[in-house]
Amino acid sequence: MIETDQLTRRYGHLVAVDALSIRAEPGQVLGLLGPNGAGKSTAMRMISGFLAPSSGTARVCGHDVQRESLAARRALGYLPEGAPSYGEMTVREFLVFIARVRGLKADVGRRRFDEVVGRLQLEEVLEQCIDTLSKGLRRRVGLAQAILHDPPVLMLDEPTDGLDPNQKHAVRQLIDAMARERTILISTHLLEEVHALCNRVVIIARGKLLADATPAELEARSRYHGAVSFSAAGSGVSQEMLGRLPQVAGVEVDPLDGRVTVFPRPGERILEPVEQLLREQGLEVSEIQLERGRLDEVFRQITLGDEVPA
Amino acid sequence: MNPVMAVARRELRSYFVTPVAYVFLVIFLVLAGILTFYVGDFYERGQADLQPFFSMHPWLYLILVPAVSMRIWAEEAKGGTLELLLTLPVTLLQAMLGKFLAAWLFVGLALLLTFPIWITVNYLGSPDNGVIVAGYLGSWLMAGAFLAIGTCISTLTRSQVVAFILTALVCVLLILAGQAQVIDFFQGTLPRKLVNAVAHLSLLRHFEAIARGVLDVRDLLYFLLTIVAWLTAGVLVLDLKRMR
Repeated sequence: MIETDQLTRRYGHLVAVDALSIRAEPGQVLGLLGPNGAGKSTAMRMISGFLAPSSGTARVCGHDVQRESLAARRALGYLPEGAPSYGEMTVREFLVFIARVRGLKADVGRRRFDEVVGRLQLEEVLEQCIDTLSKGLRRRVGLAQAILHDPPVLMLDEPTDGLDPNQKHAVRQLIDAMARERTILISTHLLEEVHALCNRVVIIARGKLLADATPAELEARSRYHGAVSFSAAGSGVSQEMLGRLPQVAGVEVDPLDGRVTVFPRPGERILEPVEQLLREQGLEVSEIQLERGRLDEVFRQITLGDEVPA
Repeated sequence: MNPVMAVARRELRSYFVTPVAYVFLVIFLVLAGILTFYVGDFYERGQADLQPFFSMHPWLYLILVPAVSMRIWAEEAKGGTLELLLTLPVTLLQAMLGKFLAAWLFVGLALLLTFPIWITVNYLGSPDNGVIVAGYLGSWLMAGAFLAIGTCISTLTRSQVVAFILTALVCVLLILAGQAQVIDFFQGTLPRKLVNAVAHLSLLRHFEAIARGVLDVRDLLYFLLTIVAWLTAGVLVLDLKRMR
């Protein structure tokens, strides 16, 4: 479990993290989402014990990161931003070093080593210097380091940053597989990641907590939530008719591909009436879709504080 | 394994997988030889002892120890591994000790590798080997003091060059404080007690005392306290950096 209470970090006049209170429970993958420079990494550095908070507290598995720092660090697996590691060491040497510093007993260490190396598919590069590895492999070595001691709490700062789509997929599967009995906090600025991984999202910008919700709840905030979009030949005629439906708030046409989006009035379901109308009009609909809502739009709306034009 | 030993082992390994160790060892041994025979007049003195050898060590360390110590923390800060290391369950003191011990053992190894000169002097005459052992001990303690200073200064900056220059500067001041010329220079202008106090701070005095074969507890304490003080200061700097 990770809890922060009014966690604050100032650099001179700049407030990097402003009274942040979040809570991640076992079995949960909590996504810390925000634009670059929002304070995600600073918050994680305080939870990891690397930075001292200016005020407020953070606890890992109930251990205060300031007063019971070692206990908190033992319970935590942490992948710092950029996955730093000792480049002149081989992968094997590096992981053995981590096992030793973490005080794993020889037999436990060997078992965990084999398991982690297998899980992250590092067998073939074990004897290579970390400096010579690709970015994706280095990130995997960083992940291996973080989970080597089988920690109940895992904190990953941009775990898929700079990976290709296949590697991203592999890392997400790994996180998913570990999520069941662990508490996982990941930071990201990738919205697809929230969909793929998180069961709760905390959005921060300029150090402040702006939203704490499930991805579905966030999507529901989008004006696209419940909207119906379709592509059809000669749809120009029907636009006016669609706009006259009592449940419809507005109609928009994409000037590029002619795709029509119909927005519902609050609380209305419009898929059926729209479909019915289209049938009545005898329009050839090539494809029709009920939108879940667009996270990127909600994200912009929340982090920029702008009203999205209706 | 004890975290101190784990950190020390990693550090020691890193010396030997990079060229640092070999460059250092070669330069140290070559310079130690040249200085002893050419500057120290090893043969001309006609005495079977290693006084000329040991008297060059402060000047040798002045250049070479900062080259070892400069990277100890600056490199970690620059490469981002500081965040990795300090979020592992290791206290600042344990990390500091591990790194210092590795560097100290490494310089100790360099010192041991000068054994041919000891064989030489035993072949040429019959020196007092007790004094020579004391000389080695004093030299190693002095290297430790320099290393502690350099390790502390390395916490202050990400730049290894800055760490090198600052360390060399502090070390040269500590050497010069005990030189007769410096003491004479201040004798007239400063109060006698102050001059004495500064002279006692000098590494050189304590080193020379040990190297003469006089193992005085005060000299040993001087070096150990110097090491402890600078390493403690380094730990405080690292702790302060978490708050800054």
